[in-house]
Amino acid sequence: MDFLQPATWSEALALRAERPDALPLAGGTDVMVDLTFDRRRPAALLDLTRVPDLQEWALEGDRVRLGAGVPYARVLTELAGRLPGLAIAARTVGSPQIRTRGTVGGNLGSASPAGDAHPPLLAAGAEVELASAARGTRRLPVADFFTGPKRSALAADELIAAVLVPVAAGPQQFCKVGTRNAMVIAVTSVAVALHPDRRAVGTGIGSAAPTPRRAPKAEQLVAEELDWAGRTALDDGLAAEFGHRVAAAAAPIDDVRGSAAYRRHALAVMARRALTWAWDDLRRAA
Amino acid sequence: MTATTTAAPATTGTGRIGENAVRPDGTLKVTGEFAYASDLWHDDMVWGVTLRSPHPHARIRGIDVAEALAVPGVTAVLTADDVPGENAFGLEHADQPVLAADVVRYEGEPVALVAADHPETARRAARRIRVDYEVLPALTDPLRALDGDAPQVHPGGNLVRHLRLRRGEPRPEAPVVVSLDVEVGMQDQAFLGPESGLAVPDGEGGVDLYVATQWLHVDQRQVCLALGLPPERVRLTLAGVGGAFGGREDLSVHVHACLLALRTGRPVKMSYGREESFYGHVHRHPAWMTYEFGAERDGTLVHGRARTVLDGGAYASSTAAVVGNAGTLGLGPYRFGSVEVDVYGVFTHNPPCGAMRGFGCVQTAFAVEALMDRLAEAVGLDPVEIRRRNGLREGDRNITGQVVDSAAPVAELVERVAAMPLPPPADPGDPRARPGAVGNTTRGEGVRRGVGYAVTYKNVGFSEGFDDYSTARVRLQVTAGEPVAAVHTAAAEVGQGLVTVQQQIARTELGVDRVVVVPADTSVGSAGSTSASRQTYVTGGAVRAACEAVRAAVLRRAAVALDVAVDGLRLDGGKVLAADGAVLAALADVLGDDAVEETVEWRHRPTHAIDPETGQGDAHVQFAFSAHRAVVDVDVELGLVKVVALDTAQDVGRALNPDAVVGQIHGGSAQGLGLALMEEVVVTDGHVRNPSFTDYLLPTVLDMPPMRVEVLEYADPHAPYGVRGVGEPPTISSGPAVAAAVRAACGRPLTRLPIRPEHITGT
Amino acid sequence: MRVTVTVNGTERTADDVWPGESLLYLLRERLGLPGAKNACEQGECGSCTVYLDGEVVCSCLVAAGQVAGREVTTVEGLTGAGGAGLHPVQQAFVDAGAVQCGFCTPGLVVAAHDLLARVPEPADPEIREALAGNLCRCTGYEKILDAVRLAARRQAGR
Repeated sequence: MDFLQPATWSEALALRAERPDALPLAGGTDVMVDLTFDRRRPAALLDLTRVPDLQEWALEGDRVRLGAGVPYARVLTELAGRLPGLAIAARTVGSPQIRTRGTVGGNLGSASPAGDAHPPLLAAGAEVELASAARGTRRLPVADFFTGPKRSALAADELIAAVLVPVAAGPQQFCKVGTRNAMVIAVTSVAVALHPDRRAVGTGIGSAAPTPRRAPKAEQLVAEELDWAGRTALDDGLAAEFGHRVAAAAAPIDDVRGSAAYRRHALAVMARRALTWAWDDLRRAA
Repeated sequence: MTATTTAAPATTGTGRIGENAVRPDGTLKVTGEFAYASDLWHDDMVWGVTLRSPHPHARIRGIDVAEALAVPGVTAVLTADDVPGENAFGLEHADQPVLAADVVRYEGEPVALVAADHPETARRAARRIRVDYEVLPALTDPLRALDGDAPQVHPGGNLVRHLRLRRGEPRPEAPVVVSLDVEVGMQDQAFLGPESGLAVPDGEGGVDLYVATQWLHVDQRQVCLALGLPPERVRLTLAGVGGAFGGREDLSVHVHACLLALRTGRPVKMSYGREESFYGHVHRHPAWMTYEFGAERDGTLVHGRARTVLDGGAYASSTAAVVGNAGTLGLGPYRFGSVEVDVYGVFTHNPPCGAMRGFGCVQTAFAVEALMDRLAEAVGLDPVEIRRRNGLREGDRNITGQVVDSAAPVAELVERVAAMPLPPPADPGDPRARPGAVGNTTRGEGVRRGVGYAVTYKNVGFSEGFDDYSTARVRLQVTAGEPVAAVHTAAAEVGQGLVTVQQQIARTELGVDRVVVVPADTSVGSAGSTSASRQTYVTGGAVRAACEAVRAAVLRRAAVALDVAVDGLRLDGGKVLAADGAVLAALADVLGDDAVEETVEWRHRPTHAIDPETGQGDAHVQFAFSAHRAVVDVDVELGLVKVVALDTAQDVGRALNPDAVVGQIHGGSAQGLGLALMEEVVVTDGHVRNPSFTDYLLPTVLDMPPMRVEVLEYADPHAPYGVRGVGEPPTISSGPAVAAAVRAACGRPLTRLPIRPEHITGT
Repeated sequence: MRVTVTVNGTERTADDVWPGESLLYLLRERLGLPGAKNACEQGECGSCTVYLDGEVVCSCLVAAGQVAGREVTTVEGLTGAGGAGLHPVQQAFVDAGAVQCGFCTPGLVVAAHDLLARVPEPADPEIREALAGNLCRCTGYEKILDAVRLAARRQAGR
């Protein structure tokens, strides 16, 4: 096994093209477990922690361009105001020790349906920026990035450069159920983002389908039915129906962490609550 | 040669019995210097790894190790053919092969060993061992184990033990009858220090093994059998133990490391990763229980019936003794007139199950306590009163007809926890105070509070006629002008603080400040197992007896030297004192250059086998009682639980180290809470589905509530200093109290443990 | 491969490091620093917690090669100058009876050390959240909380 340690972004992309058998390594929170438990033996590791560009975030218009190597701990401390949904999710990732190492870019790279960052990115309408030495940079909606369980649109010669997340124009929520009160992988999770500027609602569902996914019918329903102008109290029936539509968008399985039926049920409850809190926050802000 | 093999002997710390003496190994443990088994290191050592069966049941048609042997850096590859002695081990019955020869009987059974210069080299070589398996039908449903057409796990049939217990009038009439079925999943001890050991060949055909374990001598016996060597050539020393909880009673790396060391002629280190650890030790038996209680209309119990099946998995381990407890103690700390109990321990092709803290009482307590709550409801009493009214008292006979001949304060314990103040409502502004915590799932929606109670009793020490003893060697001599006592036993310190108690006893009995606890090894006689809450009682008793013998010899010596009568002389403050307290001589002067040493083998009162037809008999030497009250907040819509308080009262006889006693109660309670709410080794068709700390969930600090602990000290007149075992009762009564509280909050029966969110939501 | 790293203030070099090795293995098996513990090796228990460039990490999740040229502080490096005496956090763990088997202790000591460096007087929920990545199987955490409170009080001079 080789250990490749590029010092610049262009060097990283060149190595990636040269060594398609190299496994990109950032915070190590997924990759190192696979190595230690003998589940993967890549021919090389491509350590991205020395590439300065990946470690930064910056405003790019009305979006945050979040370098793929920024750890969750910094999302939590530096971006809770601009990206509240992602920050709530970041706080639920593993433990403090995991959050100092784990990155949103790494979460995307693993493309696990259970990744905590994915639902808020979906709800916010984020884009993923991918790059290769041969073809340069491309950006695609995060919803199009996930192609299957632990599979993504990332090509063999590409690296994840950043994720572009719109600065929140309204309240955002993220809820995650696990079987204990800390340090737990999501049994299922849901993110809700209100976009009052365009009278839209974003959603994201985790651990309840082969990939993280949105719930378009739920989004459409409440975008149309919410009283955006008057901001009157949320109708209980509408909140419940939103929950049902979020649950209906899921395609969960039974596994050791939870049953499919429970996941659907929990999604409905959480989505209802999350929408209610977000709407209440919006009304208070007005 | 450079080697670290054992923790440094402990000499620091102060305190006599009854005081909060500080652990002698505490400083080493907070600085990272304490040498655990996985920290052992030897100059020219190689690493051993185990190849395990991927199948729950298969015939081995052949094993080809050629490719593995050819990997550069590999020093040995061993299979069953390389076991020089008997290819068998086992705690009670040697029914388990050291390396599977013709058949594998559970997923994870060891098949071959590799030694190499780096663990990765060894793992890579192990992957190149070709095992030709013929997969066979597996028996994975323990409820089918005794059916005539079930696959046979062993030639003798699938029954490990059936305990039959009958007492009083058969099938009496009772005006109120309640019943229920309860199922408890498989819990793992999940000690944090993985199974590890270092075997060092002595160059003369023998071997020294440094290993984390609970009972050096029972290990030695088994290792000798497999190696075909006498005990003097197989010497065991206790390496630092990172928790045990029953999971280290059976062998793990022991024979394997020795085999590799003897074959390679080099020191061999073996250390399991967490995944292998789940396959490398026995678990708590899963249980299927059908219970029925009959009572008068005022709630007084009339009869108890129970039928329990325990899945012992592929090998016997301690299943027979667990069946013994699940039967003889299986109706809880209550008075019954009529009793009918049947407990079956069976073989299956599931992972082997054996000892874990609480040992057979944990599972049955979930059934008993749930049924007591049901009875309370049926007769219109509250959960405290039903327990108060039926609880055992000193002098009562339990269900095996044994008289409980020391304190049995069931009523007082449950009254005490009921009298403790209830916690205030959770802070509505802090998600960490709510079910789901920072998962951000509720701001109070769906949250209901529930309160639950449970009581239990547990036997202390080994039972049913087992010759349960411990050996202590105590030596008193002058070092650097000061009298120093050295205490040497083979008792395993596993974290509970026995080393501290040994020092406290020696200080108390010999009146000296400095006490060295010599590392535990097999050069002294057996101390028995660090299990069954027994070491403070039994090894404590042995240390006291050895100290008394040393003291008597020293005082005789002083009497001669001082020309006074020996009667009334005593030792304190490093001096020989007269009856009136006058200092007669310095102990150092009396000892001079001599050492006074005594070795004592000490036994508690004998126990007796139970009658095979009726289960009647004085099976146990001592009983320990505890009660818990749990307060929980449950999000009934999402099925998430936040335990708000877990308060307890326990009779410990006499607390030799009060702080350590409370620490045992805290930790034991956490393990019970874990089983109630989250801990389960999920086994499907003989395969473990969650062998990791990602999916086998232990309670975190955000899952544990503050705990109030009331310690009662009703001395047991039959036990040294009046002590009563402490370690296990908290693990037994905590879980059922939590389960009862969750039931109270959500109104569902919840008869499957651990309670999962979907059980609470009914989805 | 060769890895050179500053550990507890001293530059150390290890040769023949397998690229898949973790920082935990490097510390324990190559640099003679077994204080960081190997309870799960998958980031779920915190027993291997060390500082990497001043931040707490699970050393089992850091590849050895990633620490080249960086600074690591382990539990062995928390004691006073020249390794004399215990750090107040370590002393509090001893005094509060927060140590039983002790396998979780080094990781908890480092995590608590980090918490108190950032938040000198943490409230209980803050302590719990900060230590939620460190599993303990023996104590039920009560005396660990006592130890952190005690260390905070002592550091505040009260």
